Amino acid sequence: MAFREYKIGSRMFGLAFGTSMFITLYMPAVDIQNVSATSIAMDRQLSFGRVGGFSYEDPFLQGWAKPITVQINQDPKTGATIESTRAFVYEKGVPFPNGIRHPRILGKVPAAASESKGRINEASEDQGAVFIVREEVDGGVMVPYIENATATRGWLPSATLAKASESQRLHVGKGKIMFVREGCWWCHTLLPEQTQDWQYFGAPPMLGDFNGESPTAFGSDRKAPDLTHVGSRNSSREWMMMHFFNPRLVQSHSIMPRYDYLWGEKDANGNTIDYDGWRAAYTAYADGKSIYPPEVPVPAADSEARALIDFVLNLK
Amino acid sequence: MFKYLFAKAEDIPAGSAAIYFGYSSIIWFVIGTGLGSFNAAKLAFPDFVTGSEILSFGHMRQVHVLAVILGWISMAFAMAMMYITPALGNTKLWSEKLGVWNCFIWNIGLSLGLFLLWLGVSSGREYSDMPFFIDVVVILGILTPLCVNVFMTIKTRRTQGIYTTNWFFGAATFMVIIVFSVGNSPEFFQLTGLTEAYLTWWFAHNVLGLWITPVAAAISYYVVPKVTGNPLYSHRIGHLHFWSVVVFYSTPAAHHLMSAPLPEWLKSFASVEGVLILVPAIAFVSNLLLTMTGKWRMFVENIEIKFTITGVLMAIPLNMQGGFQQTRAINWYIHGTGWIVAHAHLALLGFSTFLEAAAVYYGLQTLLRRKLYSLGLANFHFWMLLVGFTTYWVSMTIAGLIQGAGKIYEVPYIDVVIAEHPYMIARWVGGTMVFLGNCVWLYNMYMTARVGTAIPAGRLPHELAYER
Repeated sequence: MAFREYKIGSRMFGLAFGTSMFITLYMPAVDIQNVSATSIAMDRQLSFGRVGGFSYEDPFLQGWAKPITVQINQDPKTGATIESTRAFVYEKGVPFPNGIRHPRILGKVPAAASESKGRINEASEDQGAVFIVREEVDGGVMVPYIENATATRGWLPSATLAKASESQRLHVGKGKIMFVREGCWWCHTLLPEQTQDWQYFGAPPMLGDFNGESPTAFGSDRKAPDLTHVGSRNSSREWMMMHFFNPRLVQSHSIMPRYDYLWGEKDANGNTIDYDGWRAAYTAYADGKSIYPPEVPVPAADSEARALIDFVLNLK
Repeated sequence: MFKYLFAKAEDIPAGSAAIYFGYSSIIWFVIGTGLGSFNAAKLAFPDFVTGSEILSFGHMRQVHVLAVILGWISMAFAMAMMYITPALGNTKLWSEKLGVWNCFIWNIGLSLGLFLLWLGVSSGREYSDMPFFIDVVVILGILTPLCVNVFMTIKTRRTQGIYTTNWFFGAATFMVIIVFSVGNSPEFFQLTGLTEAYLTWWFAHNVLGLWITPVAAAISYYVVPKVTGNPLYSHRIGHLHFWSVVVFYSTPAAHHLMSAPLPEWLKSFASVEGVLILVPAIAFVSNLLLTMTGKWRMFVENIEIKFTITGVLMAIPLNMQGGFQQTRAINWYIHGTGWIVAHAHLALLGFSTFLEAAAVYYGLQTLLRRKLYSLGLANFHFWMLLVGFTTYWVSMTIAGLIQGAGKIYEVPYIDVVIAEHPYMIARWVGGTMVFLGNCVWLYNMYMTARVGTAIPAGRLPHELAYER
């Protein structure tokens, strides 16, 4: 039996559902598309890299092919002393973030400035590139844009990395992968709320603070402090290290899981980490049988723990 | 099941697909609630099972959520559609073979997706966490065959009109394909920033509003009249329910991001539409409760009615919360707290699960032609679910109010964690009760298939007396 008696109903359904999709999909999409990226959005996507979740270059979320954020005091090309500069190093083959791949995501004015002044359209993933976030007053308005320092200043990725000491390199891109993979965002939100939170967790984000970032990992169920500005509240690498290894070392009431497995097999000195021994010593400490807890091993430079700590400290 | 994958269509007994879906859904329910109980234990006792990446909370939380939504709830829906749609059209399922394949691909695809998710292969978006190739499997291998089977069964019906339940089944199976395709488009097209955040919650809202809520309601539109023998109180109110779901329930997605920097007009629009979901909710609840007129003793005596009406009654607090908690006046207080977790469980574990459990109980007895093995065990299941859920809901609501107070007075967060601890233990106790109840249910349904009394031809399951 055909649908003929339901012709009117089907058309009304199409009209109702279509209108609803028009209002909830098309109209917001057009509206959000007209938002210009802020310098915060540029900094975020350049430090995180293209995707913070599953991707072709990193299917198992190991932090492969991610940029490295560096703080340098010397010009990588000339060696001259320059004011401390934050640069984002994309080595050969590391995919660029979405604002570079599709500049219109940045919004009209910042995209035009990034292309004309920043020459981002000359950057190539095959060669790698170094980016900087810049701001310039244009007609009385502060316009942020991305500069491709490889084109404008001749900074090569390898030379730029060489100018940064180990402590000046932040593996923020890999750290974001750890943040998503380990489910930090199931409890820690990345979204101070507009109506409160100002005093304790800091200012909520603005409309243009996310253009080009994926995923935003706002989180929905806050069982733990918001982390958007955590690096401004607590900048101690030592504290973060102890807290990730066993949160009860620094906060006895914490319900956060231990992330000791992110240390891997060897610590920063190349010694094998004795997890069983550590646990036994910690249990003795927790039971009151010893006065001091065991020392937390320093994570190796290429460990996942180090990347996650870099990411968290970088949330300013 | 496997022997029917390549059998001739006429060799596959009618109802096979529904039976496979029914048992699959119960098994996924046991797995999903088991994971939930394990996760809750970790929130109450953080040093319970540590040192293993694979057994950490962050790796299992989303597996629990999707096992329950795509395994238990959606498979129970598929089960209901596979036997209710043809029954209401006075015909057979359009293709039993497609149904069996659908069930097979569903189990394989979901297992693979959850396995990867468990390893940490995630897109980083809540509710649409699965990587894109699993989304493609869900859309093309799971939802589309289901939609085709339901639509073709309605098309080949041998009745003049289409009953309320089948409007919902037809519309919802179509809408959920759109919702899945659009909701996962950030991954297909690499959308970023607020667009992606908004689409994530557009998906999460609409999978609830255009799939879980209407299909669960549609099931009860069948079960209550069928088992009580009363005709549906009003088809007009059914119309109101259907059209207000399509018009109102599909629009308030942005109210999940009330405190995010989305355009203000969008948030205000979503908030007003969010209150209007009370229209379908009130239509649904009043219609079903009025259908019960004169048959209220069955609420006590009959297990399917007991489950269904409990679920319908839970739709009242659910929609009162849902309608008002998203307005700015209330949302600023409870957003992102345990209150929302309690509300989500009221929707999925309270309202919807009770309706589907009734359909699975009734459907398996009808299709297997066997009377339920034990009413005692079924009652045990019911009370474990109800008491376990209530414990969970009350404790999480209180925890949420504590969190909300902590949030607006901006007390040091650790004080909130300390204050919540007793409620985290209560949540774990409640969740574990639900899990244990489900294990009993699986046993009960297994025994029904094995030794349940055969139902004579021409009789319906509820017409026979319970034996145990």
